Amino acid sequence: MTDTTTTDPAAATGEGFRWIGKPVKRKEDPKLVTGRATYVGDVNPPGMLHAAILASPHAHARIVSIDTSRAKALPGVVAVLTGAEAAEVVGPMTAFCAEPVPQHAIAVEKTRYWGEAVAAVAAVDRYVAEDACRLIDVEYEVLDPLVDMVEAMDPAAVKVHDTLEGNVVFHADKSYGEVDADFARADRVIRTHARWHRMGAQPIETAGAVCSWDPFTASMTIWSNSSFYNFLPWSFASMLGISTSRMRMIPCAVGGSFGSKHLLNKVIAISGALTKVTGKPVRYLEDRLENIAANDNVGCDRIYDGELAITDDGEFLSLKLHCIDDYGAYFQFGPGQHGCALAQPVGPYRINSLQYEVSAVLTNKVQQGFFRGAGADHGNFILERLVDAAADELGIDRAEIRRRNFIQPDQFPYKIPSGNVYDSGDYEGVLDRALTLADVEYWRAEQKRLRAEGRYIGIGLATCQERTAYNATEWWFLYDNPPLPATSTPESIKIDIDAFGGVRAELGCPVWGNSPQTVASQVIAEEFGIDPADVSIEHNDSTSGAISAGPGGSRLTVMLSGAARGAAGQLREKMIRIAAHAMEVSPEDVELSDGVFRPRGVPTHTGLTFADVAMKAHLFKQTNPEGESSGLVATYTYDHPLASMPTEDRKDTGAFYPIVSHACHIPIVEVDPESGLVTMLKYYAVNDCGTVMHPKLVEGQVIGGIAQGIGAALMEEYRYDEQGALISGSFREYLMPSSHEVPEIVLEHQETPSPVTPYGVKGAGEGGRLIAPTAIAAAVDDALKPFGVWIDELPMTPERLVEVIARAEDRAEDEESGR
Amino acid sequence: MSDKQRITVTVNDQEHDLLVEPRTLALDLLRDELRLTGTHAGCEQGVCGACTILVDGKITRACLMFAVQLDGCSVETVESLGSPDGTMHPIQRAFSENHGLQCGFCTPGMLMVTQELLRREPRPDAETARAAIAGNHCRCTGYQHIVASVCAAGRAMSEAEHQHVDRQDVEHQGARA
Ligand code: FES
Ligand code: FES
Repeated sequence: MTDTTTTDPAAATGEGFRWIGKPVKRKEDPKLVTGRATYVGDVNPPGMLHAAILASPHAHARIVSIDTSRAKALPGVVAVLTGAEAAEVVGPMTAFCAEPVPQHAIAVEKTRYWGEAVAAVAAVDRYVAEDACRLIDVEYEVLDPLVDMVEAMDPAAVKVHDTLEGNVVFHADKSYGEVDADFARADRVIRTHARWHRMGAQPIETAGAVCSWDPFTASMTIWSNSSFYNFLPWSFASMLGISTSRMRMIPCAVGGSFGSKHLLNKVIAISGALTKVTGKPVRYLEDRLENIAANDNVGCDRIYDGELAITDDGEFLSLKLHCIDDYGAYFQFGPGQHGCALAQPVGPYRINSLQYEVSAVLTNKVQQGFFRGAGADHGNFILERLVDAAADELGIDRAEIRRRNFIQPDQFPYKIPSGNVYDSGDYEGVLDRALTLADVEYWRAEQKRLRAEGRYIGIGLATCQERTAYNATEWWFLYDNPPLPATSTPESIKIDIDAFGGVRAELGCPVWGNSPQTVASQVIAEEFGIDPADVSIEHNDSTSGAISAGPGGSRLTVMLSGAARGAAGQLREKMIRIAAHAMEVSPEDVELSDGVFRPRGVPTHTGLTFADVAMKAHLFKQTNPEGESSGLVATYTYDHPLASMPTEDRKDTGAFYPIVSHACHIPIVEVDPESGLVTMLKYYAVNDCGTVMHPKLVEGQVIGGIAQGIGAALMEEYRYDEQGALISGSFREYLMPSSHEVPEIVLEHQETPSPVTPYGVKGAGEGGRLIAPTAIAAAVDDALKPFGVWIDELPMTPERLVEVIARAEDRAEDEESGR
Repeated sequence: MSDKQRITVTVNDQEHDLLVEPRTLALDLLRDELRLTGTHAGCEQGVCGACTILVDGKITRACLMFAVQLDGCSVETVESLGSPDGTMHPIQRAFSENHGLQCGFCTPGMLMVTQELLRREPRPDAETARAAIAGNHCRCTGYQHIVASVCAAGRAMSEAEHQHVDRQDVEHQGARA
């Protein structure tokens, strides 16, 4: 049942909606502000045991022996499992890669990163469980740790996995379009290097699961903050060695994810194994160190070399990107983050052709998961840096060179050289609006004035894409022989209307900081002409049987709107048929407005209320139209509105991330060249995510994303010592912006509705973080222009910046003495 | 395991007489023994502020305190806000109206910090509000809407206060007349 809606007439004008786009009350709030929401740490079934894990103190070591006898003897301890023992009751964690890189929740034989679990304990409380971990005796044979991705590429290097030929787990070199010809006709080639270090999502709530095994019915109940319970429930079931039909995964309130809580196999496998051996419910909830050190928290860790072929007029012709990506010790999601980057490698610009080369390298660090941006954040960084370098080299204003290369509004739908499609956009409109909003003239004058006082302020500019609403093909099109070439990414909803006309919807997705309850109630209210406050919202669990991919890839608002509109439409049609029959008119002649069904064009008719018709549907079968089933319930699954298959030869990825938002960010920074400290003074952004579903909620997503982008630009980093030990395992070392580091953010919207989505909405969940880092990099090198500084490495920590300035000064001196 | 100690502690106006292990954290006492799960554990390292409660009116990180240290103290948690009839506390209402929360995990801590701030500084400006929440991490909101929420709560509460005083005046005058 696919909704193949084309242009929504109301969306095209941006008017005519009663609830879409209105700042209605957020439905999620009452539970959250009163402390009544149930997070996984609040789930506490009778008899529940608490788990703790023993973590490896070595980045790379063979496990020679483990003796758990002292731990088992401790009063209060119920079970202790080594990796080998756990592997007897649960299987390896689901991986989406084609290569043989098995991963167990508790290491078997060998530990491959610092902090990897080597044993787990279940005890009467967490204190006793942690005591018991200290009583486990492990003998390790320490191996050489691989900390540097370039060294790990050496064929002579020690291997992270003996099942692989080397540590380059995946390599692809793809050309799309006439790259050589475009480079041959270029007047010049702009080159830059870029380095983006490891960062992580760091939600304030860690990951956890409560698993409860009933050995007598061979069934398991799981509470967790994973979001894939209605998408890939079978993957959890197979890992746990149980049947999907005997598994119930219940969602909890989620204390932030930012991409890090899709699967969460580790916590589910560990509590799953422990409940299977104890027959009691077990909660394993990571502590902060475990969440930072050993989860799906980490984003990409990339080295880029980029080349942009241009003409002397500043026209972009072709792009070459060469990337090395440090995946850490496992390859859980395969090269999916590069699939994601290929959604928008050429940004909002007309670029004819593209070469994309990636080497995915394994090292002895925790594996990559997903983090807001999912690989496209880094892509924006290298591309925008190339664009700035091109502008600087040609002496063209950085805004002007963008303007010359923007895809024009009449060119949509626009197919990029690699195959993804952009549905719509008006990039110049956004740019103009941002330049006005930021009053760049004023800041240029300020810059000049303050420079005379010895202060360095800078103005950055970035114009980037935010690809939204992904399709599953992004996970595998880089493979010639993918292990799971899935092509669905749907969202489902169930709506029922009771006999008194009360409307309730069951969502298949969790709340992880976004607002699916509010969005669903807006859409349902819009379709029924009722008040969103009158729509009740529940969340179903994995037994719903309806597939929902949930939040991720900035998809939920788009996809949930489609599902809610579909289900509401079916129920409305049924009610219209029943009302028409009762009023003895034909269904085409009935309209629903303000909760009353009336013959069209007869506003004086008393009509039938929503409740009247609901009661008829529930209890008056014999007087309803013939063949109409009793009751009012509909489950609707909305599939992707604009996705297509990759071609067999993979020269075309197909459309897989085609609902494309856009934004222009202009940050104003001040840099102290002595200390290397960057202070954010002000931040301007103009965002275009199509029809704005709810102004406050979109604003929250964008501002929150920008704050994370400030972290990425200036402070966030996983740091390891030479032995591969993590030295940023708490929020004291892994620095994130506090309220002092985030300046006032001034935000405006332009609305270019999508022609293919319900109401014209596009996603908005990742844009802030996708764009802010590169915009801030541009602002910093603008501030430090007198020193000739060029930013190509993030985060720009004070230490790094002082070094960059010193290097730039040395270079300037060398040039002078050379002359 | 060491011997349990007896403590008396008042939590949200209710007195509890409890036996606790010396190593039990105040946070775990609230969450696990008293089942007041509104106070959250974000880091248990004293950095994030998700566990913030008020102890004798002072901002306190429940993860950095032992339960036994609460002996004789009065504790306020997020569960103290709002009424059983479903009326939210003005601070809660301000956070909701100004979208000062997304996932809600940091929120109980933020609310308690706001409660403490508004008792000593009823009408904080944005700068004061920003400084007051600087010890509490929020990974979702980017803080801007939290700052707005804190200021709005201050405004709402002082206006309500004034109205209350005005009404009292009127009633007082009415009685005299
Ligand atoms: S949990 Fe106490 S400060 Fe983070
Ligand atoms: S609302 Fe999610 S951490 Fe603050």
